[in-house]
Amino acid sequence: MNVTASDMLDIIRKKGRPTVNDYIPLIFDDFFELHGDRLYGDDGAIKGGIGYFKGTPVTVIAQVKGRNLEENKASNFGMPHPEGYRKALRLARQAEKFKRPVICLIDTAGAFCGVEAEQRGQGEAIARDIMEFMTLRTPIISIILGEGGSGGALALGVCDELAMLENAIYSVISPRGFASLLWKDASREREAADIMKITASDLKKLGVCDCVIKEPGEGAHTDKEAAAAFIKEYIGAALKRKLKKGLDELLEERYNKFRVIGEFTEADKG
Amino acid sequence: MNVFSVVRKRWGSVSPEDNNAKKPDIPTDLLFKCPRCGTVSFSEEFNANGKVCVNCNYHSRLTARERLDITIDKGSLVEFDKGMLSKNPINFPGYEEKQQKLRDRTGLEDAVVTGKCRIRNREVVIIVMDSHFLMASMGSVVGEKITRAFEYATANRLPVIAFTASGGARMQEGIVSLMQMAKTSGAVARHNEAGLLYITVMTDPTTGGVTASFASLGDIIIAEPKVLIGFAGRRVIEGTIKQKLPDEFQSAEFMLENGFVDMIVDRKKMRRTLAHLLALHDSDGGGSV
Repeated sequence: MNVTASDMLDIIRKKGRPTVNDYIPLIFDDFFELHGDRLYGDDGAIKGGIGYFKGTPVTVIAQVKGRNLEENKASNFGMPHPEGYRKALRLARQAEKFKRPVICLIDTAGAFCGVEAEQRGQGEAIARDIMEFMTLRTPIISIILGEGGSGGALALGVCDELAMLENAIYSVISPRGFASLLWKDASREREAADIMKITASDLKKLGVCDCVIKEPGEGAHTDKEAAAAFIKEYIGAALKRKLKKGLDELLEERYNKFRVIGEFTEADKG
Repeated sequence: MNVFSVVRKRWGSVSPEDNNAKKPDIPTDLLFKCPRCGTVSFSEEFNANGKVCVNCNYHSRLTARERLDITIDKGSLVEFDKGMLSKNPINFPGYEEKQQKLRDRTGLEDAVVTGKCRIRNREVVIIVMDSHFLMASMGSVVGEKITRAFEYATANRLPVIAFTASGGARMQEGIVSLMQMAKTSGAVARHNEAGLLYITVMTDPTTGGVTASFASLGDIIIAEPKVLIGFAGRRVIEGTIKQKLPDEFQSAEFMLENGFVDMIVDRKKMRRTLAHLLALHDSDGGGSV
């Protein structure tokens, strides 16, 4: 089976692809949703809360793609506003205080592009999450479920381990945006997807993705319980790896995880 | 190519697409047309005014060299990481050739100059982005040089001043460019935790992944008048809301009004302002010597 990046675009866009609204009850117990950023409002595009993961209290921060129009209206199709990112930061800080690991579930085409998002500082909100997550003194595990679109995904992607579902993609810009920007032709989306190196296996080679979580059958939509079980198995193993480390060691490794990414040559320094 | 696009290019359009296209080889421009107010002035007059629009005070783009010349103490620059060149991490067709052409044309190796210098005799690490190189998009070299500059400043207890300008992440480097946002912000976090001063000066244009990372993380954020500052592209937003946005949208003044910029400072007062701010931090991470 040779699935290309553009085939994956089709798979993650399938109507029945599970979202965090499917996964949260299947993976966590006694989940309580916590609302609001305490500054402006509550963003339905990011769902946050606390619950048990196999008996361990954890904080969950998740981007919500709706399963239908009604859910999508409430979650703005999974495209967060600044208050969503600020809620994420508030809950991450709370997790640090109560020594709970943070589990981030990423699934967004990107941060919302709109007038109000700019007025309320979309760039600043994302930047702040990236910086603060880098030094957050508790383990952070991030998993890309479907789409990991640009800075809007990275805001929840500064972590100790990044995993991706087998058909998930993670990119600097959507394939459509890439085609439109570099070739002035948005219709070349599939071609863009295939050269951009956005699949889990490509990103593993580039050192961005640490672990690929397999999907059942033809994709997660064919068996959401099985998909949730694979994710659960991964979270269990990742937490075990990270919880046994000291916090200083963990933060040093988190810094270096990103520090080493970049491809350049240097002049001989003699 | 129509006549308007030629005119736009000659007069320094704000469109990043124009920048990617082939420019006509014209050695000197006699006229400057302000992208903000549309006023046309003689280049001589515009240049004498520090590349600031004589009508509306729009602060136009400078090269990194021009910026350093008007900002730092003469001859004080010790440049970091000269000779660092980007590879082609996702094998994007034509990326090496494009970079080489830009290196030949601009004399830059990539879109940022970093180093240690003095401003009115105060030691500081300086970062200057140059929009003349691929709209100062952030790829491996920009990310690495900025990260190293912060790491040097942290190790040597120096303040950092960053003149930002960028179209955002460098698409041609794919996901690797997105990761530079995390890498640079991580280095800012460590500098911040060490109790050291970081001043951002946002210049035209500061957008995308640079706004959504180190540019927005300064202790003090200054902007030049009338420059473009934002996260999403104007046309993307116009496409979403299906209407034209007002001219002042995503300007320095818009950002000040919404609380994301501390002050707007004229170019001719910038060096003095930076020196005063450094002095105010002398006893605590301001890099006194």
